[in-house]
Amino acid sequence: MLDQTPKKVVEREALRINPAKTCQPIGAMYASLGIHGCLPHSHGSQGCCAYHRSHLTRHYKEPVMAATSSFTEGAAVFGGGANLRQAVNNIFHVYNPDIIAVHTTCLSETIGDDIPSLVNQARDDGLIPAGKLVIHTNPSYEGSHVTGFSNMCRSMVSYLTESSGEKKNQLNVLPGFVEPSDMREIKRILRKIGAPAVVFPDTSDVLDAPQTGKFNMYPKGGVTLAAMKTTGDSQKTLALGAFASEDAAKMLQTKAEVPYEVLDLPIGLAATDRFIEALVELTGNEPPASITDDRGRLLDMMLDYQQYLYGKKVAIAGDPDHVIAMTEFMVSMGMIPTYVITGTPGKKFTLKIKAILRDVNPKAKVKAAADFFELHQWIKNEPVDLLISNTYGKYIARAEDVPFVRFGFPILDRTGHSYFPTVGYVGGMRLVEKITGVLLDRKDRDDPDETFELVM
Amino acid sequence: MAKEMRKIAIYGKGGIGKSTTTQNTVAGLVELGKKVMVVGCDPKADSTRLMLGGLAQKSVLDTMREEGEDVELDDVLKAGYGGVMCVESGGPEPGVGCAGRGIITAINLLESLGAYEEEHDLDYAFYDVLGDVVCGGFAMPMREGKAKEIYIVVSGEMMAMYAANNISKGIVKFAESGGIRLGGLICNSRAVDREQDLIENFAKELGTQMLYFVPRDNMVQKAEIHRKTVIEFEPEAVQAGHYRNLAKAIDTNKMQVIPKPMPIERLEELLMDYGLFD
Repeated sequence: MLDQTPKKVVEREALRINPAKTCQPIGAMYASLGIHGCLPHSHGSQGCCAYHRSHLTRHYKEPVMAATSSFTEGAAVFGGGANLRQAVNNIFHVYNPDIIAVHTTCLSETIGDDIPSLVNQARDDGLIPAGKLVIHTNPSYEGSHVTGFSNMCRSMVSYLTESSGEKKNQLNVLPGFVEPSDMREIKRILRKIGAPAVVFPDTSDVLDAPQTGKFNMYPKGGVTLAAMKTTGDSQKTLALGAFASEDAAKMLQTKAEVPYEVLDLPIGLAATDRFIEALVELTGNEPPASITDDRGRLLDMMLDYQQYLYGKKVAIAGDPDHVIAMTEFMVSMGMIPTYVITGTPGKKFTLKIKAILRDVNPKAKVKAAADFFELHQWIKNEPVDLLISNTYGKYIARAEDVPFVRFGFPILDRTGHSYFPTVGYVGGMRLVEKITGVLLDRKDRDDPDETFELVM
Repeated sequence: MAKEMRKIAIYGKGGIGKSTTTQNTVAGLVELGKKVMVVGCDPKADSTRLMLGGLAQKSVLDTMREEGEDVELDDVLKAGYGGVMCVESGGPEPGVGCAGRGIITAINLLESLGAYEEEHDLDYAFYDVLGDVVCGGFAMPMREGKAKEIYIVVSGEMMAMYAANNISKGIVKFAESGGIRLGGLICNSRAVDREQDLIENFAKELGTQMLYFVPRDNMVQKAEIHRKTVIEFEPEAVQAGHYRNLAKAIDTNKMQVIPKPMPIERLEELLMDYGLFD
């Protein structure tokens, strides 16, 4: 299918072919779904909302509820203020959420709708029932879906965080743009270590809700408004993943003087170690045996399969926080990240990856705001042993016959990601299983009879 | 046998007198027996005030907002002085929405309603466009060959010439794809020293002509206060004669060019040469 991708790499400036990122409001919508009883609202034309909902549904295989301002030609000319007011009124009357989270789209952003004053006006005019809330963010077309997610997390803080003046014995944990399964695992680790925390946003029990035969517009999961309010009283904020979580943590510090620490996503052995260490330091609790045993099991797996992993060249594409953690994990397994890209812009990404690879593969090609087309060209010029990316990488994997592990967002063609984590030691074990699985399947396929092994 | 309608857009720096010049000239064309339509492309909707004796016009977008997409031509078209058909695109209130998009919407709607069709037997359609071409919307009259001829209203003041030069850049862009041409500069005098020389040479440098020099005359303001063109208000006034001449100049103009906009340094040199800076 990608037979026409030329081997010769030509310098491009304006053109991106198959960018390794998607539309910003998707991230904002996903973050909004991590608030309990929240209806995300897309301030723009219907097509935007329909696409964002369906894209999330394709990944999570769950219904995604969201409303839209349904812009028409008239709204584009006269501004979307009237539509938003009507929408807020309708939504509270018909769907009765606890909160509406509004995000902009390219159209409303371009015509310059002033959402904060529209929201304030709606509140002053009594369109928002007592105790109910409308928050907003402006993701539109800056950055990527990760930026949209980050902006909505920041808006959650700027609208919902309060300070009572009395500190609570709790942490704030921003899990980043990860799966519901990952958020569930992060909460499990926090519980095991005995670190009370508000985790936000939290899409577990929202986008991995069990099948009960009954439709529930607002599933039981999500951070509650009551819990969100208390984030200003927490001792500290742990922001997992600088790209998705740091802005919200910073806002918490500015607004409520809660100090923060940015950690990598706890994917892989070392990054999870740092997360656990931070929790141990903050709580003074020792990690329980169940956690250290998980760690030991991951380490054991990595050692047992070292001979098949060592020296393997890997191409990694995806969202910056994920790719940073994954690159470090690959290095700790003795693999050699050779091409590392993200579609999200940011110099921080390339600096961080280059630091991780300094002693292992200083010549690795590393690029932010990159696309799958160029990654494919690199692979054509010098093949790799493994490709790790979201579903869009499967075209390259097929064209170049490269073993392929799906990782990140979106995964549109396999199941499991929203139910089984990749964070924590347990998540690391799942990744080792997947990676060794595709590498050994390949070996079994290609080995001649005399080296075709029963025991591997 | 249908006659070929000339579609003209008037551009120029904000406040230079585009609407005033357009309407006074249109009054002159009416006297020549021409059938004219004026399309105001300005959210302020004041491009047809002198034709209609006041802001009596319901704009296309206002009508669309109130009646939905189900707009009839009669709702937005009003006959003014000498049977001139007047339309205002209108637009959002200041500070909200997108005025540029409004112009695109209004012009598209007028087209689909058949405002330009042969049954109206028009000789001229004038687009009177707000100030600088700040975004794609304000370039709409130049796009897809909607207007074929552009006239730029200018004065001897530096910023007016700067704007005219910029508008010429816009014309060059659309000339290649849409076939529009610059018909000339209309100097609406601000009584600057050696203004006529300056603009004549500026026009030459742009590869066009100064079509007409309209002297400054308080009669224009006087007529405006009475919501009339000079020709209607004081037909015998000297200034009325100037507008008649300008109307004739446009009617007989054969010079249609793709302009050659100049670098800003050259524009400054011109101003130096003509003694604006001592």
